Amino acid sequence: MEKVEKMKQKNFRSNLITYAIVILAFAIMEAWQASGNLSSLLSGLLVPICVYVILAISLNLVVGISGELSLGHAGFMCVGAFASAFFSKCTVEVITLVPLRFFLAILIGAAVSAVFGLLIGIPVLRLRGDYLAIVTLAFGEIIKNVINIFYIGLDGNGFHVSTQDQFSLNMEADGQIILGGPQGITSIAKCSTFLAGVILILISLFVVLNLINSRDGRSIMAIRDNRIAAESIGINVTKYKLMAFTISAALAGAAGALYSHNLSTLQASKFNFNTSILVLVFVVLGGIGNMRGSIIAAVILTVLPEMLRFLSDYRMLIYAIVLIVMMLVNWSPKALEMRERLMSRFFHKSAKEGE
Amino acid sequence: MSFISYLINGISLGSVYAIIALGYTMVYGIAKMLNFAHGDVIMVGGYAAFSMMMYYGGNPVTAVLVAIVVCTVLGITIETIAYRPLLEAASPLAVLITAIGVSYFLQNAVLLIFGSTPKSFQSVVNLPSLKLAGGALTISGTTMVTIASCIVIMVALTLFINKSKPGQAMLAVSEDKGAAQLMGINVNGTIALTFAIGSGLAAIAGVLLCSAYPSLTPYTGSMPGIKAFVAAVFGGIGSVPGAMVGGILLGVIEILGKAYISSQLADAIVFGVLIIVLLVKPTGLFGKHIQEKV
Amino acid sequence: MKFKKALSVALCASMVAGCFATVASADEDLTWKIGGIGPITGAASAYGSAAMNGAQIAVDEINAAGGINGYQIEFQAEDDEHDAEKSVNAYNTLKDWGMQVLVGTVTTAPCLSVAPLAAEDNMFMITPSASAEECISYGTNEFRMCFTDPAQGTASAQYIGENLDVTSVGVIYDSSDVYSSGIYATFRTEAENQDFEIVAAEAFTSDSKTDFSAQIQAMIDAGAELVFLPFYYNEASIVFTQASSMEYSPLWFGVDGMDGILSVEGFDTSLAEGVMLLTPFSADAEDEMTQTFVATYMDLYGETPNQFAADGYDCVYAIATALATTELDPSADASTISDALQAAMLEISMDGLTGSGMTWDEEGEVSKSPKAVVIEDGAYVGL
Repeated sequence: MEKVEKMKQKNFRSNLITYAIVILAFAIMEAWQASGNLSSLLSGLLVPICVYVILAISLNLVVGISGELSLGHAGFMCVGAFASAFFSKCTVEVITLVPLRFFLAILIGAAVSAVFGLLIGIPVLRLRGDYLAIVTLAFGEIIKNVINIFYIGLDGNGFHVSTQDQFSLNMEADGQIILGGPQGITSIAKCSTFLAGVILILISLFVVLNLINSRDGRSIMAIRDNRIAAESIGINVTKYKLMAFTISAALAGAAGALYSHNLSTLQASKFNFNTSILVLVFVVLGGIGNMRGSIIAAVILTVLPEMLRFLSDYRMLIYAIVLIVMMLVNWSPKALEMRERLMSRFFHKSAKEGE
Repeated sequence: MSFISYLINGISLGSVYAIIALGYTMVYGIAKMLNFAHGDVIMVGGYAAFSMMMYYGGNPVTAVLVAIVVCTVLGITIETIAYRPLLEAASPLAVLITAIGVSYFLQNAVLLIFGSTPKSFQSVVNLPSLKLAGGALTISGTTMVTIASCIVIMVALTLFINKSKPGQAMLAVSEDKGAAQLMGINVNGTIALTFAIGSGLAAIAGVLLCSAYPSLTPYTGSMPGIKAFVAAVFGGIGSVPGAMVGGILLGVIEILGKAYISSQLADAIVFGVLIIVLLVKPTGLFGKHIQEKV
Repeated sequence: MKFKKALSVALCASMVAGCFATVASADEDLTWKIGGIGPITGAASAYGSAAMNGAQIAVDEINAAGGINGYQIEFQAEDDEHDAEKSVNAYNTLKDWGMQVLVGTVTTAPCLSVAPLAAEDNMFMITPSASAEECISYGTNEFRMCFTDPAQGTASAQYIGENLDVTSVGVIYDSSDVYSSGIYATFRTEAENQDFEIVAAEAFTSDSKTDFSAQIQAMIDAGAELVFLPFYYNEASIVFTQASSMEYSPLWFGVDGMDGILSVEGFDTSLAEGVMLLTPFSADAEDEMTQTFVATYMDLYGETPNQFAADGYDCVYAIATALATTELDPSADASTISDALQAAMLEISMDGLTGSGMTWDEEGEVSKSPKAVVIEDGAYVGL
């Protein structure tokens, strides 16, 4: 019993450190920005970094805690982004209080995305391993493809929907196009701020970390480690898998809302396979199941390509090499062994104390 | 008559998917990894054949041979440098992400060498097209060669795996690495051989892909690569006939979906069918049903 | 460096004359900073690199001729990977570098995210090729070098209706692309006023553009005499090859994105025989300006330039021409330059690669007329 208490305490402390890092990072960046020395590039990157951090946290819940490979996470982000931007466009004149509208937009993004997560999760979670991965990929592509062909306009008579083009909407003169097929949604009011992003990160962290340390979370991890054993002691596998999947989708939807209110334009083509993979890279590089690691990896890999701009044509080539090398150093058993040996040679004392 | 024409075009596109999917499936069967760089090896094969024909005046046969050699060497190199150190890593996802890194690397390396403007690939096939039903149905030489190569490759591969010693070694390694090693099989060598064969097939697929759809850019391989991955899963990943059937079905569904349902929703249709198939048969059409042990 | 353009000579002369007084006290290190944004990597990189290369050539020429108002130009191109989010990063990077004028962005979707920022900062921008109407609708600081999508769709439909003797027309378009679906939409609208009928309209998407046999078969079944192809030459080269193997040879009609098809390395130009297109630029034009540009481009980049390169080139010259009418020097801030350029752009008339006597209106739209050309024996011939 004492051991359990100790572990709980250790977890608690570790979680506190994660929150502290986020808040500290926020304080530093805010102070830097207030001093006026922050470059336009970095201040422009603050919100995207928050978006990717939330995505990494939410995907880590599925991949690391629930143990399912999802290759369609961008699909949920897409649903959240479009649902929230759609809401904002329609209510821009009704709700004039910007923070309220933005708050509602995020809620709607998360809720719609959660519904999609639930609907997709029910059939998908019957599958295992790579078959599950491919079906999530398929759903991500379907969502993108379907959004691409819809045209929706709004005028005095209400909504008009077409799959042809904007002229088939037959709108009154005062009508405005809300969703324009491949052009997506344009002129979205920019409401995303760094503060909102950081609050969303903290909420996501709070949700996920609390879930991990709860009874439900332990059930989810038990299913990951041994499904049959978990089932035999009466854990409802479908329910817990769905729970993780839906929460993850909701968080991704919130990230999508943050994303869509940061740029004034939104196209479905952004949410392709590559974006899903990018988020997966954050999770794996940062450590599967390790939230703090995902946050750090998301920050580094979002900033890195921008910092490499001085390489001009060679930028993406070097980025690819850096990625491969980082993976080899972080994951190869031989590299890990070597690292351990080096560590123990140089930090012999501290390593011992740490134990 | 147009239905038959759609069908033949679908089989032709599907044959290309099938050859690419064979590479995916072989590598998956033995190394249990999704090699996302496979599509880009195809693209490298296309560029190798293209440069051979355009810049060095090679004939189509030497171009194909050069492409095979280039891709085989490339496949072995990638396996040794980027994948082998990670095959024993704590999570199978590590090597998947590295494969994505390799994919970015290949795309950008080719972009730097050949530039971003598309190249048009001269078909390596110079056969006249076949006319049936009094000219109402035309089958191009490239289509015939593509379908024929696909069948030949699949038969040869099945024979190789089931009848030859290295093929048996592959089967053994895919069943149980540890046991295979105890039986005196060179596991690393066998895995390298699998990558070599998979990449050689990728070269052929690249040449056929570009012959039928003659536009070559550094990103040519990525979408067919993903589609072929879907095809491999469709048929049951790890199974050679599965990859073949999955590839052809995928091609046929894509073309018929475009023709008869909606050309705007072609992707959604392909992926929708995939989802339905997997829900009915959760391990693909030819996938082994794995018994779970407690 | 050869003096290649009548314009550059004129520009040089006017600068030498106009700026003698100020040159004496000019700070040697002071330069104009022009930034460029476009996809240099990624699937759209062919368009972005071409535009940036074209702009670079113009910058080099102007610098060799003495710069603008006596000051040299520095040009920096940033990659946006055809991604709205990366484009904002590229824009911010350029701002940190000290950009005063923006040539960009090359593609439409990223432009929709950068244009509002540029309007907010009052940064003068001229896009070489982002053709959706909304791209330059955010402020008076935004100008365009190419035609809009609606203009192209309408002009194509009118040309077909008035000059060609066809009654049934088919369309193949990219439903996942703003440019292509935008042109198709206006083409369809204008077609209702013309005496031909659209008998088939088939789409493809960026994820399924490997095979076009289904779309071509649909054109055959519908009996289309002319097929309108509002998309880029990369996909068009596949359409032509597949149509030829299916022995289908209707009249083909393209838009400006089709330009470049003849210079695709390895392309059998006989497949494109008889293709008609409306384009502002063709690399085969006989005039001296085009020929020297093409020669320089070939020297530097080893490729034949397409219309994107020409648009990028003309953008820089438009900026230079407009700046030369002001008395500004590079010590002015971006907002001052923007205000001056906005006024100057409405005054100038410029001869460039993509049109002669080009002028701009207050919306920022260019006025020039597209040339209809047809491909005969592997070369463009004016119609």
